[in-house]
Amino acid sequence: MSTARQPGEASRLRAPLFFAIMTALIVIEGLTSGWNSALGIVNMGLLSAIMALGVNMQWGYAGLFNAGAMGFLALGGIAPVLISMPPTPGAFAAGGFAIMAAFAVAIIAVLAAIWLYRNLAGRARALAVAGVLIAGFFLYRAIFDPAVSAIEAINPSAAGNLGGLGLPTLVSWPVGALLAAGAAWLVGKTALGLRSDYLAIATLGIAEILVAVLKNEQWLDRGVLNVNGIPRPWPVPYEIDLQNSAEFVAKAQAWGIDPQTASTLTVKFAFLALFVVVILALIWLTEMALKSPWGRMMRAIRDNEISAAAMGKNVTRRHLQIFVLGSAVIGLAGAMMISLDGQMTPTSYNPLRYTFLILVMVIVGGSGNNWGSILGGVLIWYVWVKAGDWGPDIMSVLASPIPDGAFHDHMIRSAPHMRMLVMGVILLAVLRFSPRGLLPEK
Amino acid sequence: MELVNALVAITNYVIIPATAYGAQLALGALGVTLIYSILRFSNFAHGDTMAFGTGVVILVTWGFQSLGISFGPLPTALLALPFGILATAALMLGTDKVVYQYYRKVRAAPVVMVMVSVGVMFVMNALTRFLIGVDQINFDDGARFVINARQWREMTGLAEPLTLRSTQVITVVTAIITVAILFWFLNRTRTGKSMRAFSDNEDLALLSGIDPNKVVAVTWIITGALATIAGTLYGLDKSFKAFTYFQLLLPIFASAIVGGIGNPVGAIAGGFVISFSEVGLTYAWKKVATYLIPNWEPDGLVQLLSTDYKYAVSFTILILVLIFKPTGLFKGKIV
Repeated sequence: MSTARQPGEASRLRAPLFFAIMTALIVIEGLTSGWNSALGIVNMGLLSAIMALGVNMQWGYAGLFNAGAMGFLALGGIAPVLISMPPTPGAFAAGGFAIMAAFAVAIIAVLAAIWLYRNLAGRARALAVAGVLIAGFFLYRAIFDPAVSAIEAINPSAAGNLGGLGLPTLVSWPVGALLAAGAAWLVGKTALGLRSDYLAIATLGIAEILVAVLKNEQWLDRGVLNVNGIPRPWPVPYEIDLQNSAEFVAKAQAWGIDPQTASTLTVKFAFLALFVVVILALIWLTEMALKSPWGRMMRAIRDNEISAAAMGKNVTRRHLQIFVLGSAVIGLAGAMMISLDGQMTPTSYNPLRYTFLILVMVIVGGSGNNWGSILGGVLIWYVWVKAGDWGPDIMSVLASPIPDGAFHDHMIRSAPHMRMLVMGVILLAVLRFSPRGLLPEK
Repeated sequence: MELVNALVAITNYVIIPATAYGAQLALGALGVTLIYSILRFSNFAHGDTMAFGTGVVILVTWGFQSLGISFGPLPTALLALPFGILATAALMLGTDKVVYQYYRKVRAAPVVMVMVSVGVMFVMNALTRFLIGVDQINFDDGARFVINARQWREMTGLAEPLTLRSTQVITVVTAIITVAILFWFLNRTRTGKSMRAFSDNEDLALLSGIDPNKVVAVTWIITGALATIAGTLYGLDKSFKAFTYFQLLLPIFASAIVGGIGNPVGAIAGGFVISFSEVGLTYAWKKVATYLIPNWEPDGLVQLLSTDYKYAVSFTILILVLIFKPTGLFKGKIV
C-alpha cells in the first residue's frame, strides 16, 4: 500500500515481460532438473498464488494486515479430511452425535451469555453471565470428553478419528473456503474497527490456535499421526492405475517416455489444469469485482478511510466483508493443497512459510494487482525452493577462504537458513524502493 | 493440614511458575509497548529480537565457560548479559538506520511499519539461525535449586513438596531491578522525560526542542536491552529455541494490549494477568481438589484446558479486552 499512486506510469509490456521471465525460469528448471521437479514447483507455486490472491484482497484492496493466513489455510485443509475421506465405521455412532451435542451446548451457552449480557445490568449481569459460561463449559466437557475417548478408541493404529463423509474431493474445496470464512468472520467481528495493528495481532493468535487444534484433536484429523490417502479430485488419475493401463503404456512408449515418468507427469499436469481453471475463475471474479462500483468503493476506503466514511460508507462493515472473502480464498487454497499432497500433516504448518512468505509474494508481485499476486506467488515460490538448493553452494563458496575448522563447518551447516535472509531482504528492498511491486496496481 | 498442603501445591505449581513467567512476559511487553508509544507501531520482530539477544548471550556464556570463568552459584549467562545487550542494542540502532528511519521520514502509515517489521523479523530470524542454529539449548549452569523437595520436607514436615528453582528467583529479582531502573529513567532523567513527552504529544515535544533522533535511538537501545534480558531469563528458566521465541510474540502482545498498549505499568500488569491465567487454566487441579474435598478422588486430571492450548488463553483474554475495553486495564493510547 503506497501512499503515492501515479496512474499509467508502468509500461503495458511490463506484465507480459515478467510472466515471460517466469516461464523461462520454469522451462530452464525443466530442462536442467527434469520436468517432474519443474511441474512440482509450478503446482505449488500456483497454490501459493491462490493464497496470495486471498491475502491480496485483504492487504491490496483494503490495507488489512492478516498475520494468520496459516490458520485459515490449515482450517481449509481440514475440509478434504472431513468431506472426502471415507467414514470410520462406527465412529459416528460411538461419539459423533455426542460431539455435535457438545458443540450445540457450547454455542447455546455462549448465545445465552450474550443475551444475558445485553438484557441485564449491574452485579446480576456479571453473576449470570459467569454462571452460564461456567455451567456451559462443564456440561460441554462432560459430553465432549467421553465422546472423544470413544472415537479415539476405534482402531487407533489406522483410524481413531471421525473420518469423512465419503463425498467427492471437489466438494470439499468450497467447504474449506466456507470454514475459513466462518473463522474469519469471528475474528474480524472483534478485531476490525479498532487500530489497524490489532487485526494483525488477533489473526496471529487465531492461526496458532487453529494449528494447535489440528495437532491435538485426534478425533478430528488424527492429530500428529497424520491422515494419509486423501482421495484425489476428479479428474486426476492415480499413477498406479495409469501404469496398469495398457492403453496408457502404449501411448507413453509411442512418445518415447517410460511409463512411470509419464504417469507422474500426467498426474501433475492434471492437477495443473485444475489449478489453472480455479485461478482463472478467481481472477475473473476479482477483476470484475474491482471494476464494479464495489471495487471503487474498496479502493476509496483504503486510500482515505476518513473521507470514505464521510461519504456514508460503513468502513468497518466493508473491511469485515473483504476480510471474510479473502480468508475464504485462503481456505480454498488450503483445501486444494491437502488434495494435492494427499495427506494432512498438521506439524507442517509453519507461520514463516504459510503466513509471512505469502505476504512477501503479494508485496513483491504488486499490492492490489491480482496478476501481480499470481506472478509473485510462482516467482517467490521458485526463489524459495531454489534458495534452499543454492544456499549450500553459495555458502561453500563463501566459506572456502576460511580454514577448515569449527567456524567453517558452522557456516556450511547454516546454509539452509539462507532462504529466510533472502526473503527478508527481498521484502525490505521492495517495500523501500518499489513499494508498488513488480506489477503496480493500475 | 489438608488446607496447608493444598496451598503448598498451588504455590508450587501455579504461583511460583506463573510469577516467573509473568516477569518474563512483562519485560517483553515493556519492549513492545515502548516501541509502540514512541514509534507508533506493533513490532512483529520483537520475538526474534529476544531470540537474537539470547543467542549472543549463549555464545558469550560458552566463551566464558571455555575460559573457565564462572559466576559462582549463579548462571554464567548473567555475566554474559551485558555483552548480549550491547550487541542487540547495536543491531537495533543499525536496523533503525537502515530500515525504519526512512519510513519515519515519509510518515508511513502504522500498518506499513508493521509490514516492514515483518521484513526485519525474517532477517533477524535468519541472523539468529546463523548465529546459534535452530536446536533447543540449555545454558543454565548455576545452582539448580534454592529450596529443593527434600530440604522443604525437612524444614516443614509437610507431605506436599515445594521446590523453588534458582532461575525463578533470578528471573524475579532481575525483573524487579530492570523495571526499577527503567521507571527511574523514564520519570527522573531528562531523556526519560523527553521520551514521555514525545509519546504523549509528538508535535508539542518537537516544538519544545526535543531531538526526535535522540529519543528514537534511546528507545531502540532500551528495547534491545529489555528484549535481551527477557529472552535470557526465559531461556534460563525453560530453554532456548528460536521458534519458541517467535511464538512468545502472541502472549507478549496480549500482555501489552491487556494492560493498555503504550502504558509501561499496564505492560507489567498485563504480563502477570496473562501468565496467571495461562498457568492457572492449564494446571491439572486434581491434587488440590483431592486435598480440599475430603473422600473424593476425581476421575480426570481436573485440567480446564490442555497445555497445548496455552496460547488460546492469551488469545481469549486479548479478544475479551478488545471487545469490552479496547484501551486496556490501565488506560493506554487511544485505539
